[in-house]
Amino acid sequence: MGLNPRAGRALRTLVTSVASDAHTWNLLHLQLVIEEMGHQVVNLGACVPDATLVAECLARPPDLVVVSTVNGHGAHDGLHLIRALRDHPRLPRFPVVIGGRLGTDGIADPARTRRLLDAGFDGVFDAGADLSEFRFFVDALASRLATTGSWRG
Amino acid sequence: MSGPAPGFGATVVRAHRAGGLVVQPRMGFGDPVVMRTGLAATRAARAITAGTITVDSYTRTGDLAAARRALHSGQSLNGYPIATHDPATTRLVLTGLLGEDFPVQVRHGSACPRDIVEGMIAAGLTATEGGPVSYCLPYGRTDLACAVRNWAACAERLAELRGAGAEPHLETFGGCMMGQLCPPGLLIALSVLEGMFFVRHGLRSVSLSYAQQTNAEQDREALSVLRRLAEERLGGVDWHVVVYSYMGLFPRTRSGAEALLAEAARLAVAGGAARLVVKTTAEAYRIPTIAENVRALETAARAAATADPGPPPAETGLYEEARLLVEGVCELDDDLGRALVKAFRLGRLDVPYCLHPDNARRSASFLDGAGRLRWAATGRMPIRPEGGGTSRPLTAAGLLDGLSYLRRKYDEAAPA
Repeated sequence: MGLNPRAGRALRTLVTSVASDAHTWNLLHLQLVIEEMGHQVVNLGACVPDATLVAECLARPPDLVVVSTVNGHGAHDGLHLIRALRDHPRLPRFPVVIGGRLGTDGIADPARTRRLLDAGFDGVFDAGADLSEFRFFVDALASRLATTGSWRG
Repeated sequence: MSGPAPGFGATVVRAHRAGGLVVQPRMGFGDPVVMRTGLAATRAARAITAGTITVDSYTRTGDLAAARRALHSGQSLNGYPIATHDPATTRLVLTGLLGEDFPVQVRHGSACPRDIVEGMIAAGLTATEGGPVSYCLPYGRTDLACAVRNWAACAERLAELRGAGAEPHLETFGGCMMGQLCPPGLLIALSVLEGMFFVRHGLRSVSLSYAQQTNAEQDREALSVLRRLAEERLGGVDWHVVVYSYMGLFPRTRSGAEALLAEAARLAVAGGAARLVVKTTAEAYRIPTIAENVRALETAARAAATADPGPPPAETGLYEEARLLVEGVCELDDDLGRALVKAFRLGRLDVPYCLHPDNARRSASFLDGAGRLRWAATGRMPIRPEGGGTSRPLTAAGLLDGLSYLRRKYDEAAPA
């Protein structure tokens, strides 16, 4: 796997789950997807407490945090997670996205997506979302960082 | 309910000897009324059934405060918070259902199961499942040494109930691990090792699991090897084998999902398993409903009733592989818990694609053309891949291909 991002510069990404979610195949798959796009990945694995994620972000500030969760508690745990990151005084406002199956019913809920975006997520990929939407987000971020040096468009 | 619940293991073995396969759902709801409805429906299904209380994942990860908040706020939980509901409530959930003909097991996935075990004992339940490795490595970040201590204490706490006239039961989840892409030799070894661990900590009734993988013939050999090693290593205790219907990506079509479940039931019968834990047609999408679970139990029971044990499976060296893995652990320390920790530290056990910090991550596997799981790399385990392994790098597409092999196979065979 060559580190030649197909768009922009190589991103330092952090792949993680929420505190209560034990699933890992989704994390491993996303790691490979992101690496194949030419970016670097630190994979924190399953059941990552918010404090562990915050500590990791302080130690090695990422360009992007990718939260993947499929156990049905994602929408709820995701709100806790994003507040822990956004409320921290020493963490910059790097982009954070969340995806997977965010509720127990397996149906994407626009109101839920809205709540997560309002709380500080930059992208929400709920049940039924296509991987190409995520790839598009990552490409756009990499180009933006390469041209403007800013996370925000 | 008066007195301790009857023994889970004895009830299952008795049903199996009488010629039936015990089928069991994965089922848990936050609301006690719904939980009771689910157990009652399981009991009433046209099948020989065991009941399940699956615990929610806040309780599983030890976040009892979150479980309590969820109950108060009405947030939908993905299981029954057994350490949060009053034990009297849980007893009411079970009253008139739990009994000689309907054993109930608590299923969770916790590396720190103390609260869960205390909750179930307080409610009169004596059967659960898991294990120091199988509920640690695949499911979180808890130190393996810590999970070993927790599970030793939990086994001993359950074993104490024997004095009170109960026969507590523990099932190892070692035959599942990541659910997919772990070659059978390692699944068998972990199942046997965790069964031995429970026995050394006082249990006299255990079950050994094996999760259906991607090739029926290979799975039949695996069950035969599992039983042979259990006979060698678990003398003098009551044990049985439990099969899990495929734990990986499930077919999306209803007929594909039902065909895969029926295959699991036939595997359980042919492999001499006493019990089968089912999956449903909803598996690919969400947490199944009670009705979907009942339908799955009945589908599995029908398939089991007409299953043909068939000829003994061909031997391909799986027994030797699993035995080497077990021996490679046992020789490290007289204390099996310490031996397991050392084995992972040294890479003598190494679970493919497991992200846990205590896993060596030098092993890899692949599916051959017939869907058999094979080693691509065995790291420092005392076994070698056939033909020296393969150095193909793992890609996202390749991983997804392997993970979705059975989904593809069964969905493509399904009528459009």
